[in-house]
Amino acid sequence: MSVQSVLAENSQATQKTVALRCRALRKYFNDVHAVDGVDLEVYSGECFGLLGPNGAGKTTSVEILEGLTPADSGEVELLGMSWGKGKDSALRQRIGVALQETQLSDKLTVEETVRLFRSFYTNNRSVDEVIATVSLEEKRKARTGKLSGGQRQRLAIACALVGNPDLLFLDEPTTGLDPQARLQLWELITAFRAQGGTVLLTTHYMEEAERLCDRVAIMDHGHIIALGTPAELIASLGAEQIVEFSVEEPLPDAKTLSQLPGVVSVREAAGRYLLTVSKIPLALPALLNELERQQSKLASLLTHHATLEDVFVALTGRTLRDG
Amino acid sequence: MAEARQQVTTKSSSADRTLRRSFSDYPLVQLTLVRMREFLREPEAVFWVFVFPILMAVALGIAFRSSAPDQVKVGLSGPAASALASQLASSKEVSAVVLSNSEADNALRLGKVALVVNATDPNGALQYNYDPTRPESQIAKLTVDQALQRAAGRVDPHQTTDQHVSAVGSRYIDFLIPGLIGMNLMGSGIWGIGFSIVNARIRKLLKRFAATPMRRSEYLLSFMLSRLFFLSLEVASMILFGWLVFSVRVQGSFGNLALISLIGALSFSGLGLLIASRPKTIEGVSGLMNLAMLPMWLLSGTFFSSDRFPQAMQPLIKALPLTALNDALRAVMLEGRPLGASLTQLIVLAVWGIVCFVVALRLFRWQ
Repeated sequence: MSVQSVLAENSQATQKTVALRCRALRKYFNDVHAVDGVDLEVYSGECFGLLGPNGAGKTTSVEILEGLTPADSGEVELLGMSWGKGKDSALRQRIGVALQETQLSDKLTVEETVRLFRSFYTNNRSVDEVIATVSLEEKRKARTGKLSGGQRQRLAIACALVGNPDLLFLDEPTTGLDPQARLQLWELITAFRAQGGTVLLTTHYMEEAERLCDRVAIMDHGHIIALGTPAELIASLGAEQIVEFSVEEPLPDAKTLSQLPGVVSVREAAGRYLLTVSKIPLALPALLNELERQQSKLASLLTHHATLEDVFVALTGRTLRDG
Repeated sequence: MAEARQQVTTKSSSADRTLRRSFSDYPLVQLTLVRMREFLREPEAVFWVFVFPILMAVALGIAFRSSAPDQVKVGLSGPAASALASQLASSKEVSAVVLSNSEADNALRLGKVALVVNATDPNGALQYNYDPTRPESQIAKLTVDQALQRAAGRVDPHQTTDQHVSAVGSRYIDFLIPGLIGMNLMGSGIWGIGFSIVNARIRKLLKRFAATPMRRSEYLLSFMLSRLFFLSLEVASMILFGWLVFSVRVQGSFGNLALISLIGALSFSGLGLLIASRPKTIEGVSGLMNLAMLPMWLLSGTFFSSDRFPQAMQPLIKALPLTALNDALRAVMLEGRPLGASLTQLIVLAVWGIVCFVVALRLFRWQ
């Protein structure tokens, strides 16, 4: 955590050049407004997270930025260049991409796959070095079809890194991975940034965004609904604690909850109540008293620090998993 | 520290590998190598390209072997059937069986006999039952008629002698082998390319490649180049097999044969790329591949000469790439003619290849 905050301070203090900028991006698929007026700026050297539930428009946005999908309207500028202006090849030399679900050829070995991707880039890194970076040395002769999910994802990142990119796009890099494999990927991303690389990643794991990203944009239904550092976004809740409880019968009078001392706001979702709380020692006894007064039996209760997940719930009334 | 050590090992690797390495660093070389590896690591593909055509040649070679001509199979029915049988017994060309009326009808219908002779009196009138549209029935009728008429005492006014001619180069298998080579070049070009491209599209591998600076034309070109490697193996194995098993000779030059095969293979890879340029599913591409290949299987003279089709269809048939390839292969293999004699065919193949490649590059769906 401390390394990252130092990095973040460095990048903000020394340089704030823009690596990526888009304005008023729009992409409709028939009636679906996949991307509906998105503006973004990603600074050189930062890790920027695009957060949101499945179907929020993250992948479409990223693929527009990667020059794979044409936008209906809007402007994109990467490293001072734009797509479709005769510089696409030069631009592709400088970006690395890991798509959401690419299945690399099963029949090829790790080494052969990296060597193939390496051949596309002029300013490339050596095959040995990249395989070492993603810790696949022992698997270099293994066919990609035999790799685990985490190893396969690391190979995908090796293919993205082999061209020595300035800007790395990672679309849901850790979806479906076990915690161990996820941790390895986080280390990879952190190492890439330590060498001055810029990262734009999408995720629907809030803890991933909090851990990796300097700034995040929360996306929902094709719009960006919040933008800032994870700390700023959490602070915007006005309180740092969340009390989450459920009762056996629905509360006869839920309105009184918001008047309890220390409670900032109340939400009800899927039979559970979420209280955003500034002072837990005040709020908790008051809550228990209130439940007793309403003759309601507690089924479950837990408290935790507010996360980006709570920010999302506060903004949309839905949890991320609801989609 | 670890990185520094690695750099040292890289640099100290022998200098003579540097040249090979720089060659293999070209994207087109890498892409082509990858194609070849993927193919060789797919046992089914190897079977269909190398083993299947040879099995087919064996089966057809046996079915149409030109050793002793087949005997004419004839059924005899009616009260005088056994008398006729003894009259035919001495004929080497006829194999006769005595059948009841209903058995005879059945045998004729199922093709077990080519002809049924019905007779009530061995020296009286004969009735021939047969289907005049079946060539073997026509032959059976003439053969049996002649044998029976002679047995009954007919004397032919002309003295005849038979001299049998069966030169190597004019047998059915000689006709067949070039056709199978042509058909195989078509099949492996279209199947090999079609399936692997659509598969890469389904796996989003094409999209991933589109996100790299890779030249898109080089990706498509690598399919054509890798075909060249397999082409030589395919053609060589077929020629060798025909030579060893059926003594099929190549009358013309091997250089011309190689060049024709090369142009043919490139042409069909172009067609394969075009077919694979849009579909998003294996079912979709299979349908298109069959649609493209079926007319050529039927019309292009692989198993029998395309001259048998009506005159009005000939320009169309001659414009098909497989017809052009088969004709050119036969001209060099059977007739030993120079390359110039097949110029039209080679132009047809080249036009198909180039037009398909250019159109495929334009239409190609990368995601």
